[in-house]
Amino acid sequence: MELKEYFSLVFTDYTLRTITLGTAILGAICGMLGSFAVLRKQSLLGDAISHAALPGIAIAFLITGTKETNILLLGALISGLIGAFWIRGITRNTHLKSDTALGLILSLFFGFGMLLLTFIQKQPNANQSGLDKFLFGQAATLLARDVWFMAIVTGICLIILILFWKEFKLLLFDADYTKTLGFNTKFIDILITSFIVLAIVLGLQTVGVVLMSAMLLAPAAAARQWTNSLSVMVILAAFFGAFAGVVGTGISASQDNLSTGPVIVLVAAVFVIFSFIFSPSRGLLFRQIRFIQNRKDLQLHKTLAFMYDIAKTHEDKSHPHAIKILNNFHGFTRKSLQKLESKNYIELDGQMWSMTQNGYHFAANLYNQQINTNND
Amino acid sequence: MTSAQLEIQLIASIVAIACAIPGTFLVLRKMALISDAISHSILPGLVIGFFITHDLSSPLLIVLAALSGLVTVILVEFIQKTGLVKEDTAIGLVFPALFSIGIILIAKNANDVHLDVDAVLLGELAFAPFDRLLVNGADLGPKSLWIIGSILAITVTLLMAFFKELKVSTFDAGLATALGFSPAVLHYGLMSVASVTTVGAFDAVGAILVVALMIAPAATAYLLTNDLKKMLVLSIGFGVLSAISGYWLAHWLDASISGSMTSILGVLFLLVYLFAPSRGLLSVLYRNKQQRIEVSLLTFLLHLNNHSEEEERHINHLNEHINWQKVRSKSVVDLALKNNMITIDNNVISLTDKGTSFTNKAIDYIITNDDTEIESMKEDFFLFRG
Repeated sequence: MELKEYFSLVFTDYTLRTITLGTAILGAICGMLGSFAVLRKQSLLGDAISHAALPGIAIAFLITGTKETNILLLGALISGLIGAFWIRGITRNTHLKSDTALGLILSLFFGFGMLLLTFIQKQPNANQSGLDKFLFGQAATLLARDVWFMAIVTGICLIILILFWKEFKLLLFDADYTKTLGFNTKFIDILITSFIVLAIVLGLQTVGVVLMSAMLLAPAAAARQWTNSLSVMVILAAFFGAFAGVVGTGISASQDNLSTGPVIVLVAAVFVIFSFIFSPSRGLLFRQIRFIQNRKDLQLHKTLAFMYDIAKTHEDKSHPHAIKILNNFHGFTRKSLQKLESKNYIELDGQMWSMTQNGYHFAANLYNQQINTNND
Repeated sequence: MTSAQLEIQLIASIVAIACAIPGTFLVLRKMALISDAISHSILPGLVIGFFITHDLSSPLLIVLAALSGLVTVILVEFIQKTGLVKEDTAIGLVFPALFSIGIILIAKNANDVHLDVDAVLLGELAFAPFDRLLVNGADLGPKSLWIIGSILAITVTLLMAFFKELKVSTFDAGLATALGFSPAVLHYGLMSVASVTTVGAFDAVGAILVVALMIAPAATAYLLTNDLKKMLVLSIGFGVLSAISGYWLAHWLDASISGSMTSILGVLFLLVYLFAPSRGLLSVLYRNKQQRIEVSLLTFLLHLNNHSEEEERHINHLNEHINWQKVRSKSVVDLALKNNMITIDNNVISLTDKGTSFTNKAIDYIITNDDTEIESMKEDFFLFRG
């Protein structure tokens, strides 16, 4: 199936439409909540929680014996929440740092989950094979009601987000100030952590335990590069996430043997790379261009300052001098002299140069500015 | 116990030791999550190596996989240096992308690759004894034992040789640089060891559970001691303990060995987290409670010291004036009585001489913040010890 064919089928084919909608909604909610995770420096919390959800799925299966996705996800939610709050407990009550706490919960819960999964596999009742899908995710198993469920949860998230927008924003950027204003920071903190856990759990079926953290981070990290405003960032991240979901699903549906999760993650990674390089204000490309520009300007200013030193010893500021006497100073080229001339700072006449009134003033002010900034 | 069982336990223990050594330094250097990143992102290196060698235990494959682990570290550092995102975000971006590339490579070449993503993530220790190293027809034992054994030997040699340098640079990077140890060399050296160990261990315990073996023993040991050597020994001990008891748990449950090793580590950590003598949750909570009571006691004594009028010192007044609950007031008064700091005469509390001098000392301490003032009080009180 070609990519083009996919896009024509999206609106008619039931399965494709469901999967595409599902990944788009998932991308949007992950982008939205991921923005908070990234800005709170909790990027890897998503990774830890998604791994910590695994034993919950296994235990939910062991207790109920069903493969009902919603019940398994409820188990995942509970064990994800336990993991998240244990991480908080470890960093708060012991001297272990947050990276150790995250790594501990991630690996210990995951290992326990694997123990349970292999234990389940050896059990006589054979309807357990579906649990593996949570490891790497299978978007193909999404049903219409799963998508509806995701849409409802996303709607609730959106409402809560809008209701508590001010509090979330305040806590994000100045936790101490929030506390002094009398907000219940603990409650807001728990609320936002719980929603991040919820978003992760929703994504387990589609993207899987291992790659879920990228779903959360990548759209937000990409969106961060384009704006300094939280609301714009959240909207952009949601858009990037949804777009990565749709494109990823498209690519994986148009090729054989490509699971959706990894493709979505790679599409999101391309967004991130693109944003890192081409974002106008923070991107590497424009930063480098600005850097070179500044260096050139500095070079010109140095040349001009050197000329100023010569010119100020003369009665007539525009007295012509030979270019040769600039030779002691190596920072000039024909080209830079021409550039100075085009800016009307100097006049060139064969092998001679002379400062214009304009250039003299500029060079004098250049010094003053430096002195002024030094005094500041 | 058959010889295969013995070999499995031996391999598991050696993997645990080989992981615990770099793990200790990773935990101390606050780089625990790098091991998580490495363990995921060796996958593309493994797959490419497998295309070339078609042998899961070939040295070239190990080198390639370890290289892709190092590439992760370098990429993370590069992204971090651009200042566009924080370090944790950089880690979280790099390894899923590399891991995805690995999965897609496997999926696209599913016919040629006898490499199962599950096997890479989870490992299968139970089969390790069947893949034996044969030299001229002589059986020298399981291959993975040799691989992880040589990695352990290299790690231990490096640890012995550079223990001092590692120690200094871990606890005081500035001093280490000033003394002339190159931080970059030590950093990348440690990263290389972690990377090679992860690769060597993946086929025994699986890539993700390597993370558990690196972080959990070290973190558990860190709750028990502040001494680097003791911490190394303890974490090795926890690692080996979990390896052996994990094997028997798996044997009993008929489940994944690596999973049960990790679960044992989890239980160990939970126990230490709750009951460690000075840093466990219970002793921290107890200390917090003690300190809260002692702060209350001080407030109470200062209050008595400030008021000579009787109605301010009446025992029933305590509740309303300082706004304490009944239980709290009672425990504070009991504590003060027990320490002979107050006397209760006709329901009016007055400070004893000891109480007065204690209060004055406390005020002095609060004002001067000088440790010598409170030496004598340390016996009875938690408050001034920390």
